[in-house]
Amino acid sequence: MSVPVITADRLGKRYTLGGTPGGIGARTLRDAIGAAIRAPRRAGEARELWALRDVSFTVGAGEILGVIGRNGAGKSTLLKLLSRITRPTEGRMRIRGRIASLLEVGTGFHMELTGRENVYLNGAVLGMRRAEIARKFDEIVAFAEVERFIDTPVKRYSTGMFLRLAFAVAAHLEADILLVDEVLAVGDAEFQKKCLGKMDEVVHAGRTVLFVSHTMGAITGLCPTALLLEHGGVVMQGAAVDVVHAYLNANRSAPPSIDIARAQHLDAHHGAGIVRLERVELENPFGGSFAVPWKEPIRLTLRYQVEQDMTNVVFGLRVDSTTGVPLFGAHHTDDGAQPVTIARGTHHLNIIIENTLQAGRYVLAIGAHSAVSRDILFLVPDAATLDVLDVTATGRPYLGKYGCQTNGSAAWEFSD
Amino acid sequence: MQPPILEAQERIYDATRPFKGFVRELWAYRELAFFLAWRDVKVRYKQTLLGVGWAMLRPVVSMAIFTFVFHRMAGIASGGIAYPLFALAGIVGWNLVAEGVGAGSASLLGNTNLVTKVYFPRIVIPLSALARGLADVVPALCVFAVALAVYGAAPGWALAVLPLAVLHALAVAFGLSLWFSALSVRYRDVAHALPFVLQTLFWVSPVGYGAESVPAAVAMLYWCNPLTGVIQLFRFALLGSAHLPLELYVLSAACGLGILLSGLWFFQTVEADFADVI
Repeated sequence: MSVPVITADRLGKRYTLGGTPGGIGARTLRDAIGAAIRAPRRAGEARELWALRDVSFTVGAGEILGVIGRNGAGKSTLLKLLSRITRPTEGRMRIRGRIASLLEVGTGFHMELTGRENVYLNGAVLGMRRAEIARKFDEIVAFAEVERFIDTPVKRYSTGMFLRLAFAVAAHLEADILLVDEVLAVGDAEFQKKCLGKMDEVVHAGRTVLFVSHTMGAITGLCPTALLLEHGGVVMQGAAVDVVHAYLNANRSAPPSIDIARAQHLDAHHGAGIVRLERVELENPFGGSFAVPWKEPIRLTLRYQVEQDMTNVVFGLRVDSTTGVPLFGAHHTDDGAQPVTIARGTHHLNIIIENTLQAGRYVLAIGAHSAVSRDILFLVPDAATLDVLDVTATGRPYLGKYGCQTNGSAAWEFSD
Repeated sequence: MQPPILEAQERIYDATRPFKGFVRELWAYRELAFFLAWRDVKVRYKQTLLGVGWAMLRPVVSMAIFTFVFHRMAGIASGGIAYPLFALAGIVGWNLVAEGVGAGSASLLGNTNLVTKVYFPRIVIPLSALARGLADVVPALCVFAVALAVYGAAPGWALAVLPLAVLHALAVAFGLSLWFSALSVRYRDVAHALPFVLQTLFWVSPVGYGAESVPAAVAMLYWCNPLTGVIQLFRFALLGSAHLPLELYVLSAACGLGILLSGLWFFQTVEADFADVI
């Protein structure tokens, strides 16, 4: 490893919750006095929360380290400590070089001021010198693509323009160490790509970057190494792909096989209970959860129980968004296959769903009906929750969103 | 690939010790202080009809009311100087301090997003908020110049003391701002207490009347008010004469200095926790 520029040595940060005189809960003087009078001895019993504890790690010069972890794992607290916004309760940190933190885009922007004025103001807030801002001004404005509106108050900007300008200022910071929190969550897909490109540039200028994100694709794409935080402690530091994998493993939202309860079946139809779905299993789970990488086909195995011999059965499924919008449906007869006859007993069915879904969370509905009577035989509207991840099967980041609802693919053949 | 740029110095932050280098830090962030001050001044009168006219209108209206209430009704004397001028000189000084304290005390809560998202010495915030008071002093002085002309008076050599008076006023305003703003982070009571404190200060400061009207028995106590010295100094600078015994002025200034130094101490003690508590 190169020269360490950040060394954290058993860093800890404790927050005190509850109504003690010195606690965060005391909002007015009356509360504080009241608490002291009512329960003078309870001061020591205040609820304490260690947002971080025993955190030790080093970051070498020019390294770009991703920091991942669930909400509340301590990621933001770590950045706040390193950027000196708040003071550690225990431990030490050593920092070599000028440090700049980007915990939020547009900090200090004032709506009444023009774009130009805000560039200077925001630059100063982020720790840039006036001369430095003046030198980079044109570059910042060009990057943000707001040349025409630079002398317009930012309150007249669209959200996109505002965020672009805000990111542009931040991206042109000349710091040795850059602490970044979720900045990529700004702007449209095109601008996000541009931001990623800029981040890449930043790394290659020899800067050291600590990058906190929930976007696994951005972590594996930008950071060779990553740090996994859990419950305020470092669980793992290593190659980003491995750490992301470990995180997804630990962070399973649903197991890859799901037992379906009787109650999940819709029963308000004729013949309810004759066919019952018992289990849905994802054959190709990623990271041990009901999740597949981007573009990876979804291979399901259903196990179902039939109470009496059935003929003319058609199986179907539907993929819904988590807000309940049906995205697409398919029946096993779609391509000309015939309805099936099933004997009483337990059976299995393998399904391969072509994955044209964007990264995100989806709900699978599974059912069957009779091709003759059109009666529903069974229907489970929320058989499984499926996560489509923002990484490809090989761990490459996923970027091709283009603001669209689904993926498509096309075959391209060039000729004279 | 370029080699990493490294500053020679290495900073070590130890949880058990507070961050050091307060003055050097403040100096390093002087441009930020300037930009925040500039922002406050610039934004102040945006989208207003009268704009900077407000800074002229307010002293004029105060002067008119003071003349009616204090002079006509209560019969307060002004020691040979036209009462409106006498009152206006006091108002200019009072407004500078009151505006500064008002803006400074509210400054930390008004910049919560800066406090929780970026690092810089927090003292920059109440410091730059003083600019609001300072920005209003120039139009107020223009009003005073007009009033002087109307009464056929001219400024004397004492005007040379004016910068000192402004500095004194800012120091007092800063001292009070440090206390109030730092307290306001933890206790929202400050927002309720501040108007009351300012109103009280107004009555125990020589704004509508002169310090010479105060009974000798309580003079010492009266001059412990840091604003007494400030306003009498303003009156002296602008009118050329005022009741301003040196030893009493020093007493008032010392009290002001005490508030400033204790304010700096208090602010520094609690500043590290601002982001957690605000």
